[in-house]
Amino acid sequence: MYFLKRLLFAVPLLVVISALAFALVHLAPGGPFDRERTPASPEIERNLKAKYHLDEPVWKQYFRYLGDLAHGDFGVSLKYRNHSVNDIIAQGLPVSMLLGGLAFCLATAIGLPAGFITAARRGRWEDYAGSLLALLAVCVPSFVIAPVLILIFAIKSNLLPVALWGSPWHMILPPVALGLYFAGKISRILREGMLQAAQSEFVTAARAKGLGENALLLRHAFRIALLPVVSYSGPMLADLLTGSFIVENIFQIPGIGVFLVNSVTNRDYTMLLGLSLLYAVLLIGLNLLVDLAYTWLDPRVKYE
Amino acid sequence: MFLSKRARQFYCRARFLFLSCGALLAGIVDTGCARREPPANVTIINGAEPESLDPAIVTGQPELRIVIGMFEGLIRLDPRTARPVPGLAERWEISPDGLIYTFHLRTNLVWSTGEAITADDVVYSWIRALDPATASDYAGQLFYLKNAEDFNAGKIKDPSLVGVRALDPFTIRAELNHPTAFFLDLCAFPTLYVVPRQTIEKYGDRWLMARPLPSSGPFELAAWRLNDKVRLKKNPRYWDAANTQSEIIDLLPIASPTTSLNLYQSGRADVVWDKTLVPVELLDVLLQRPDFHTFDMLGTYFIRLNVTHKPFDDPRVRRALALAVDKDRIVKKLLKAGEKTASHLVPDGVPDYVAPAGLGFDPEQAKKLLAEAGYPGGKGFPRFDYVFDSAAGGAAAIHENIGVELQQMWHDTLGIDMQLRQMEWKVYLSAQNRLDYDLSRSSWIGDYNDPQTFLGMFTSDDGNNRTGWKNKSYDALIQAAGREPDRQKRAHYFQQAETLLVRDEVPIIPLYFYVGVNFFDPKRIEGIDQNILDNHPLNCIKKVQPPK
Repeated sequence: MYFLKRLLFAVPLLVVISALAFALVHLAPGGPFDRERTPASPEIERNLKAKYHLDEPVWKQYFRYLGDLAHGDFGVSLKYRNHSVNDIIAQGLPVSMLLGGLAFCLATAIGLPAGFITAARRGRWEDYAGSLLALLAVCVPSFVIAPVLILIFAIKSNLLPVALWGSPWHMILPPVALGLYFAGKISRILREGMLQAAQSEFVTAARAKGLGENALLLRHAFRIALLPVVSYSGPMLADLLTGSFIVENIFQIPGIGVFLVNSVTNRDYTMLLGLSLLYAVLLIGLNLLVDLAYTWLDPRVKYE
Repeated sequence: MFLSKRARQFYCRARFLFLSCGALLAGIVDTGCARREPPANVTIINGAEPESLDPAIVTGQPELRIVIGMFEGLIRLDPRTARPVPGLAERWEISPDGLIYTFHLRTNLVWSTGEAITADDVVYSWIRALDPATASDYAGQLFYLKNAEDFNAGKIKDPSLVGVRALDPFTIRAELNHPTAFFLDLCAFPTLYVVPRQTIEKYGDRWLMARPLPSSGPFELAAWRLNDKVRLKKNPRYWDAANTQSEIIDLLPIASPTTSLNLYQSGRADVVWDKTLVPVELLDVLLQRPDFHTFDMLGTYFIRLNVTHKPFDDPRVRRALALAVDKDRIVKKLLKAGEKTASHLVPDGVPDYVAPAGLGFDPEQAKKLLAEAGYPGGKGFPRFDYVFDSAAGGAAAIHENIGVELQQMWHDTLGIDMQLRQMEWKVYLSAQNRLDYDLSRSSWIGDYNDPQTFLGMFTSDDGNNRTGWKNKSYDALIQAAGREPDRQKRAHYFQQAETLLVRDEVPIIPLYFYVGVNFFDPKRIEGIDQNILDNHPLNCIKKVQPPK
């Protein structure tokens, strides 16, 4: 029932998001057809605006947009005039999702064990080394990591391709460049959570019963500490799946991250709205999934 | 280790979640990337993702470079000189008054799908580019035809009144408003290319996605994947197919100079031919290499002065600013790729035209003029803004460096203070259009090889003027040049107009002429010639094995 309500609530939320995005992008100076070259006559500009209904009042444009949206039509890109936004999403989203999904797997595969080990070996060299690496991963941005990875693995040692997308070999460096930040983040969140849990009363009680330290951490502390990681995963996954401007740009990956960012500078109204809504839908959907996962992983959590 | 029942259940569920994520990913990998394509003969890094491949719609260089491979007009450009040579038309006659052009099509023309290309297709294509419903940015390229502008504006509804018609399946008659010296050059411009009527009428705006896509040029569109690649394959039915040098050409859309250089260096690409794809920081090193080719281009970098803002309404102030700029220093210190300083707007190398010399570097004269205008030693001169855009690639750094240099020069020589304002691209364009700036960095690349493409924009009503400068004698001279059939007299009108622009009135300060940059190993790639339009027909390009 609770989740049904949340789903229903998502619809007005999306309408509000679309209205806000629509208003903001129309408020920005300049329009999609402003170029360095002004057309030879004002009528040319008029024709362009008329074709894409930009000559109508903004509220009318918005309702036209909503009407098309109700039919699942995001409209034609105003920058890439031969493509509909639906086409662009259909072409780019699977690529971005693959890149993001691989980065997510990498982040959890590195982050969870690292977090566990640093917490379990608190105050020893493993903790210091692991925490330092996690801190580095969080602090060094991907536009630094990516070129360094390319330099080492693609240019100096010629092991992996420098850019582009297509074969499994192309799918190694970009997810690493994208995922390391999240690996560091997950490791830090898990370590924090475990250390906190280790001091809680039920763990003390379990320790008093004579449970070994490792079993204690794994059985009790880890499960509690995993919850904040799960709640962080929702927005993180939405972020990863909709693509990364920087990593897609550096490795020339045909995803939608580049389109999302460029649509702002291009004043490509339809593209910007379409991709923002897609992001919003993913974010809402994944947050809902996180909450579902909560009830499933932790029987104490109940939603009314 | 023993786990409680609940803990076991928990791990079981967590594992299930993880595995289902993995399965989902595997599914995406399968659909997302498993492509098997034969390798291309030549791979070219082409610049930004093409906005369109519709000849009537394209405006930018990255698009034009692909479109010239897929479609053709009555005329094409010689790969070496970029001068007009026969394309789909094998010959033509021009009436003595320069108003009527009669084109004769080759008799062996067919679309890549096998149907004949006729004079009706040419008429359809031109009318389509003018049709308000097509909404072509560059419809203006056809406004030289009789009634074309009125038809585009919707004032005339009947397309048969426009000055183009088919006399028979192989003959086209074009009627112009005025003698237009560069009309043949325009016929080689994509807006006037011949496009497939049936496909366009069937598929509308999405006609480029149709397969098979009929093409009138040397290549067919085999694939177009956004931000991935455009793949062209040889059109065996093209009239000059015997001279098409490559079977498959890939054009990669790449926006980052570093990525493009990495791909080129690692052998994944054979050619880089977009100026914005050269990492500026590496220019010194790159210039030494045999595969780095620079050449003069039909483009000028200049400053617009807003003459509606005081004190720039005074021509003496504008001339003083121009005379205080040491362009040589800008070219040698900041650009380095062999750019030539510009004192006038129209670049050298335009046929039948020699531009008049404008203002050079003369600090003493500059100080004198500023004093005459009422600001001796810069006293009382208001602080003013210089706006420039945050361009993609390495260009933004160049704009900023030039701004800083100008700031210094004007401060040192004239004692006046300028503030730099960087703006996002569209904000910058809108500031220029609204005349909401003092000084603004600007540039112009010629569409065709004629002074008109440069000088036309500073007439009073031209949308590209953007300086607020209006001058009746200038307008009259440009109009007279536009109607003059005699090439020498025409050049003379243009020279007088340009003198007004760059020596007397100075609403603009030209800084330097662009150089183009092509990256390729001449031992491995043949058929790329450097010309003033940076125009490189794809059918001439081939890869050769270097001699061992």
